[in-house]
Amino acid sequence: MKNFANPTRTALAVLAFTALAGPALAQQGLDEPFQKPFKEALTGKTVAYVPVAMNFDLTEGWYAGLKKELEPFGVKFVIRDANWNTNAGAQAVTSLISEKPAVMVVHNPDVQTYAKLLQRAENEGIYVIQINMGSAYRSSAFVGANWIEIGERDTEAVVKACEGKSNKIAIVQGALSAAASAYTLKGVENVLAKHPEIKVVSSQAADWDAAKAKAITQTVLKQNPDLCGIVGFWDGMDIGTAAAVKEAGLTGKVFLATSGGGERKGACELVKSGAFDLNLSYDVPTQAAQMAGTIKWLLSSGAKPGSIKGSEYTTLIPITKENADSQTSCWNLSDLKK
Amino acid sequence: MMKRFRLNQQEIVFAVFALLFLVFSIFLNGFLTAENMLTLLQNVAVLGILGLAMAIVVIGRGIDISLIAALAVPPGLVLQMVQNGHSLPFSLLTAVLLTIAFGLVNGWLIAYAEVPSLFATLATGLLLAGLGQAALFQLDVVQWSAGMNGFERLGQGTILGIPTSIVMFAIACIVVAILLRQTRWGAYIYAIGDNPYAARVTGIPSRPIIVLQYVIAALIGCFAGLVMAASVNSMPTRVFNSTLIYDVILVVVLGGIGLSGGRGGVLNVIIGTLLIGTMLNGMTIMDMSYAGQNLIKGVVLLLAVITDSFLNPRNEETAQQGDI
Repeated sequence: MKNFANPTRTALAVLAFTALAGPALAQQGLDEPFQKPFKEALTGKTVAYVPVAMNFDLTEGWYAGLKKELEPFGVKFVIRDANWNTNAGAQAVTSLISEKPAVMVVHNPDVQTYAKLLQRAENEGIYVIQINMGSAYRSSAFVGANWIEIGERDTEAVVKACEGKSNKIAIVQGALSAAASAYTLKGVENVLAKHPEIKVVSSQAADWDAAKAKAITQTVLKQNPDLCGIVGFWDGMDIGTAAAVKEAGLTGKVFLATSGGGERKGACELVKSGAFDLNLSYDVPTQAAQMAGTIKWLLSSGAKPGSIKGSEYTTLIPITKENADSQTSCWNLSDLKK
Repeated sequence: MMKRFRLNQQEIVFAVFALLFLVFSIFLNGFLTAENMLTLLQNVAVLGILGLAMAIVVIGRGIDISLIAALAVPPGLVLQMVQNGHSLPFSLLTAVLLTIAFGLVNGWLIAYAEVPSLFATLATGLLLAGLGQAALFQLDVVQWSAGMNGFERLGQGTILGIPTSIVMFAIACIVVAILLRQTRWGAYIYAIGDNPYAARVTGIPSRPIIVLQYVIAALIGCFAGLVMAASVNSMPTRVFNSTLIYDVILVVVLGGIGLSGGRGGVLNVIIGTLLIGTMLNGMTIMDMSYAGQNLIKGVVLLLAVITDSFLNPRNEETAQQGDI
């Protein structure tokens, strides 16, 4: 309100309005000088996408989101599915370097495997955007979740839920070889270092596998029925963790925090049912939109690949009972594909 | 004299199991409680059911690497179809038909086209998993939907105080035991496994019986998958890419079912499953690292395979290249 009281501001606003209205009143149209070069920069360019595997909510969501944003501008969108095979992925990146797409969107299986290849790609004049899982090489852009933050926020929530209770918690990690799992664990450790009263009774890797997560959690709960919280590393796996908690009749008593891409069936529905108490979502459609924006910016900027580098860490959406019903907390893959 | 001191593998494994059980009971707090025993069994129930399927095939001197595809794809299809609005009975029927068709393809390749079982099932497993990924499922993890409600009782909850998945394992054990020991088909499977040529000469319909083995194995695999899906409220079809199949082979070989065929039975699967269950449960309670657990599992499998080849030496007369 204070702004409008400022006479200079008001005058400026009036001026701006007249300036805007001016051309609209003119008889002839005015050419916007930047849209044509933008279109030219995008038309006929190829964007290659190398996910660790298709067929799961994250990679399908990125794919659908990128396609929707880029194809209308005449961008050719190609996909090289590594299907959980690190070698196949490295081969795909290598062959793409010789095919010379304009942009490569890469989802790293680990920190090292693609690092050298991505550097080579940028030297060859291909912009590289890394998604959710970065490599040791810093490329034009990184778009993705901050795993350390996820570990910290999940653990903080669990620690808070444990106040006045047994202070016993369990950690269900992903696969040991995955950097996402190791980074998240680092975040967990950061918080636990500040809370010496918390006792970790179990910290095991369940290989992103729901059945394994269930087996481990069942055993842990039998040994420690007074467990007050569990930090899980991925909602797709923690369906199993939640099933174990439910079977032990401890839903609501054991606080389960996890994270994921925020797809409705895998996230909101499960928070609503009480399976998860907190699910930190790295909102896949937003990530896709940010990647698409970065691609448009890079292509139209004409900057030399590798000459500018930056990061866009995702703003996390904490999904709890309060917002699980909201239309905007989660997304539907089927809608994104339309 | 030597003969009297010789233990067979089943007895060795049982002795190892008993020893391990004793050590854990004494040194691990909270191991020897009724609740933990049930958890132990519950955690390996699906593995045990798969072990039964593998046992049937191995006794008939084959191997079925495609078992995990049968575990993942037809039950995944049930969940997906229900999610898409089909009724549960119709989805189940479709899945069972798909499973039978799959078993028939396996059996035909091995019995009639005479492709070695290892290669045939390796290829068909990939085929079925690929079909699932490309054409049947929208996502790797097929989520539970409202239409499935009630079906989760197959893998969750208890019957007379015993967790349902253990009851399912018990039922599967009884069915397979009857098949192997009480029916003529069972006797034929042993005969074929022991000496396929002799079996054929005596007039046993070897080829149809081999087809039958793979159909039954696939159906049991599908059943294990349904129990698993019900138990974790979803079907993570990516399980196909996991090392589960090695655990299944571990159960079978560890239990004392010789890979050269014709030996062993349901009891062996139960013993193998118990040993694995005890190991996993003990290691989880000790909060042992993942790498350490793999190391121990690997060493145990190696010991089991070595013991197997000492105790069940290859039959020079009938063994041939390409046999497992």
